[in-house]
Amino acid sequence: MCQVFFFCKAMLAHIVDFSERSPQGEKSQKSPLFINIAICKDELHLKKGGVNVKFRSVFDIIGPVMIGPSSSHTAGAARIGRVARHLFGREPKSITISLYGSFARTYKGHGTDVALIGGVLDYDTFDERIVNALSIAKEKEIKVRFIEEDAITDHPNTARVSLKDDHGEIELVGISIGGGKIEVIELNGFALGLSGNSPAILVVHNDRFGAIAGVSNTLAKHEINIGHMNVSRKEKGKEALMTIEVDQNIPQVVLDEVELLPNIIQVAKISD
Amino acid sequence: MFRNVAELVELAQSKNVPISEIMIAQEMDFRGSTREQVYNQMKNNLEVMEQAVERGIKEDVRSHSGLTGGDAVLLQEYMKTGNSLSGHMMLDAVSKAIATNEVNAAMGTICATPTAGSAGVVPGTLFAIREKVNPTEEQMVRYLFTSGAFGFVVANNASISGAAGGCQAEVGSATGMAAAAIVELMGGTPEQSSHAFAIALKNMLGLVCDPVAGLVEVPCVKRNAMGASNALVAADMSLAGITSRIPCDEVIDAMYKIGQTMPSALRETAQGGLAATPTGRELEAKIFGVSLDRK
Repeated sequence: MCQVFFFCKAMLAHIVDFSERSPQGEKSQKSPLFINIAICKDELHLKKGGVNVKFRSVFDIIGPVMIGPSSSHTAGAARIGRVARHLFGREPKSITISLYGSFARTYKGHGTDVALIGGVLDYDTFDERIVNALSIAKEKEIKVRFIEEDAITDHPNTARVSLKDDHGEIELVGISIGGGKIEVIELNGFALGLSGNSPAILVVHNDRFGAIAGVSNTLAKHEINIGHMNVSRKEKGKEALMTIEVDQNIPQVVLDEVELLPNIIQVAKISD
Repeated sequence: MFRNVAELVELAQSKNVPISEIMIAQEMDFRGSTREQVYNQMKNNLEVMEQAVERGIKEDVRSHSGLTGGDAVLLQEYMKTGNSLSGHMMLDAVSKAIATNEVNAAMGTICATPTAGSAGVVPGTLFAIREKVNPTEEQMVRYLFTSGAFGFVVANNASISGAAGGCQAEVGSATGMAAAAIVELMGGTPEQSSHAFAIALKNMLGLVCDPVAGLVEVPCVKRNAMGASNALVAADMSLAGITSRIPCDEVIDAMYKIGQTMPSALRETAQGGLAATPTGRELEAKIFGVSLDRK
């Protein structure tokens, strides 16, 4: 938790489109402390007791509509790439992707590489351009680099995606948990619990008293319920990140209001 | 909201509605959508499935690796001879399951049910049954909701990922889902659906995920074929009144625990099982130009 975290304005204005995701909270996700720990672990370790229901829509099971051959290694990979693209907010000049576990062993055969790059090019899981994503990236003169890692990660399908251009860079870690579903577990060194199940906002703020209360009061005023909230900081009193998953989509006007609060640096929305 | 199959069956029984209805209602509640929106999205998925099946049984679909393709067409031709041992309906389901997975392997468009590697079983059985009982569009859409309801329980209480739980989690789950949906379509009770699911999955327990060269081709395509036949038999057994001695939720739990103890080499890493056979290795070397002594 000790890297500088910075969003540029353009990137923050962007909306991430998780297709087939939808609002409405899961009632059991009201204990932020536990949920965050759970979400960062391999799905094999947490299931029991209904604490963390990962699949909440029937369309997680019957779906997505996608380009083959693998929901976890192709569709999930495309979604990880696409989340990175949307958080970056623009087309990068260079893409570096480290692959772990099964991703590292089988990415060529599953088209994981083309899917990840397709996602970074903003293609959805069913976009046929995915098949040619590597050559399209080359035509666009985007530098692409894949690294096969040997390290053992909690989840077998893990990718670390780093996007760069002259104005900045982001790095996120995504896991593909099956059936095309993904989670983003790390963003620029901050541990995250973004399931992609619910709309979420990311708030970069100064680590001061009242900052969190200000944000939650604003959401409460607009009758937006928080399903899951997580706060990370580099060090006491410096820059920090709030990750808030909510039950319904958040209108831009609410984001604008949050951004004007004291000690708030930037706000980004990740919506359904 | 149902957390397991027992609750799902109880909900359906207490409201005197089919399982598909419980799933539709939950989806509407979860998304805050109308019935029409939820229905239409599923109908769209149904159309994608039908296009993949049609393409696979008519066109000469080949994967980039050359490992798979053309088998659905072969079966369709063979069925026309009238000499098949397992019967037209069974082979139709098998060939349509193969068709879907051949299209998938060729990087065509499919609908994951519950995953891409196991996408053949649910549509394969459905479009074969369509020939026999001529269901309405709504019945076909409901078939997918019933499949989805069971898959939903498995995904949340166990796993639908081959990398996490082996092929039993993918084709095994798909087979159970199809069996349960067949029962509902054929007029069986929610409880019979749960028995069909249990019977089908029990016969997929322990199935490892060992794709040659890491491709979703060998043996995935043929495992979908067998999944489709397994689903039909399990559904027939349940409709005949045969029950599973081990309750459905416990079978799902057993699958989950077996997946946990499965070595990594047999969970979608292309390091064990069929992938590690001499021929599997040779094919891998040929396709990727990699050395045979890969660790």
